Amino acid sequence: MKLPEVAGLALAFIARLVTGAQGFWHGTSPKAEQRIYFANHQSHFDWVLIWAALPRDLRAVTRPIAARDYWTASPLKHWITREIFNAVYVSRQRHKDGTGDDEDPLEPLMEALRNGDSLVIFPEGTRGHAADPAPFKSGLYALAQAFPEAQLIPTWIDNVQRVMPKGEVVPVPILCAVVFGAPIALAPDEERRAFLDRARAAVMALRDVA
Amino acid sequence: MGTLRALSVTQQVGLLFVVLFGLLTLITLVAFSRTLQEAPPEKVAARERFARELRALWVGAILFWVAWASGPLGSTILFGLVSFFALREFVTLTHTRRADHRALLLAFFVVLPAQYVLVGMRLIDAFTVFIPVYVFFAIPVISALANDPFRFLERTAKIQWGVTVCVYGMSHAPALLLLELPGYRDRGAFLVLFLVVVVFVAQAGQELASRRIRRRPVARAISRTFSWRAFAAGAALAGVAGVLLFWITPFKPLPALAMGAAAGAAGTLGEFVMKALKRDAGVRTWQGGSSVTGGVGLLDRLAPLCFSAPVFFHSVRWYFGT
Repeated sequence: MKLPEVAGLALAFIARLVTGAQGFWHGTSPKAEQRIYFANHQSHFDWVLIWAALPRDLRAVTRPIAARDYWTASPLKHWITREIFNAVYVSRQRHKDGTGDDEDPLEPLMEALRNGDSLVIFPEGTRGHAADPAPFKSGLYALAQAFPEAQLIPTWIDNVQRVMPKGEVVPVPILCAVVFGAPIALAPDEERRAFLDRARAAVMALRDVA
Repeated sequence: MGTLRALSVTQQVGLLFVVLFGLLTLITLVAFSRTLQEAPPEKVAARERFARELRALWVGAILFWVAWASGPLGSTILFGLVSFFALREFVTLTHTRRADHRALLLAFFVVLPAQYVLVGMRLIDAFTVFIPVYVFFAIPVISALANDPFRFLERTAKIQWGVTVCVYGMSHAPALLLLELPGYRDRGAFLVLFLVVVVFVAQAGQELASRRIRRRPVARAISRTFSWRAFAAGAALAGVAGVLLFWITPFKPLPALAMGAAAGAAGTLGEFVMKALKRDAGVRTWQGGSSVTGGVGLLDRLAPLCFSAPVFFHSVRWYFGT
């Protein structure tokens, strides 16, 4: 076993020790198909929780999205996101004066999906602390349009905001659940807003299961 | 009995575990052979319930053995971990706010380890006052510093209560294991076994009695099976079990009866209280099959021990005047 693998197992163990990281599959099952998991976003811990709740063989092919400026800033952050999580890096801002990389922010995601990887995305765009998730951003719609064969799995993360509220560094041990729901698909002539609202409703519907 | 007395303490304890695991193996084999027969669905469900309880018993027995075999350090760490999981479940079921974060960190990462270190070092006087005196004072201070007055007393009380039950109560079990009584050295495992058996008998006795004698439940909204008559029957049976086991304890038969009844009663009442808590938290499916985040059923099983261990521990110390 290589170091990243060991570190990954240790991290998953800690996540389970602190949160239980119980994964529940409702209307779907853990299979090695190409998938886009989309989830509510409340804490930095969200990704680790989803990752730890997945079976081990799925962890290797399921990738998170990481902001390039933040997650490559220090060698350690870069190493964790690159070696353990195999993250897809995206640039958060396009330069206003037109210099620098002018790529479409979704392009790295498309690239990963073309390779056959699965992704975990948080369509709210930022961490919320309200009871309900914020309206979804349109990235999910674009990905669903471009990759109709990838399964879109709504995912609800329960309780994680209590583990590590915004601004705190040390997590409190509290049991969390990750509920994976039945896949949804983009209807042939469905509008962007209607689809995004439906996706958000599908995520929120899983709250009652948790 | 004479031949038993002739054995060394280690041999006696070894024999205890041989008997314990032998009994468990026997029960498991019988239960397994039963599952090979066809049966109506409600019987199958009952068997599955029984199998789940049996699994928990196995886990408990193995933990108990590992705790004994690994000495003071190992047993302290082991019970500390169990305490950690119990507290984790408790905190999950109670509603805490953002401002409680620091107080919870204190409970999990300072109070819990410190309490078990005190137990492991056999500092009996320190570990009996550490939580009731110092932590009782420290938690509200940390909470108040978080600058959130909303339901302050309620939130602080919940954390205090969780720490008292899951850490303070639970820590008395390894303390029993490490207790040094005059003329009863290194036999702590027997005391823990005595406690576990009488608590188990009290619960099972109450359960059976509540089926036999249909009485009006004292608190219907909390438990449909808890009646005073059934409770008394459970405690009485625990006393009988205590007498039957008196020879493994440092007590004479009559005190063993009293100890058994008291510990058994404390255990059943503890479970009753935990039922009230779970009802409040909205965990409806009692034991297993629950879909509520956090209801993993560890707390239910440990509650009788958490409540009875301190009562038993201090009764024993009082009895010996130490």
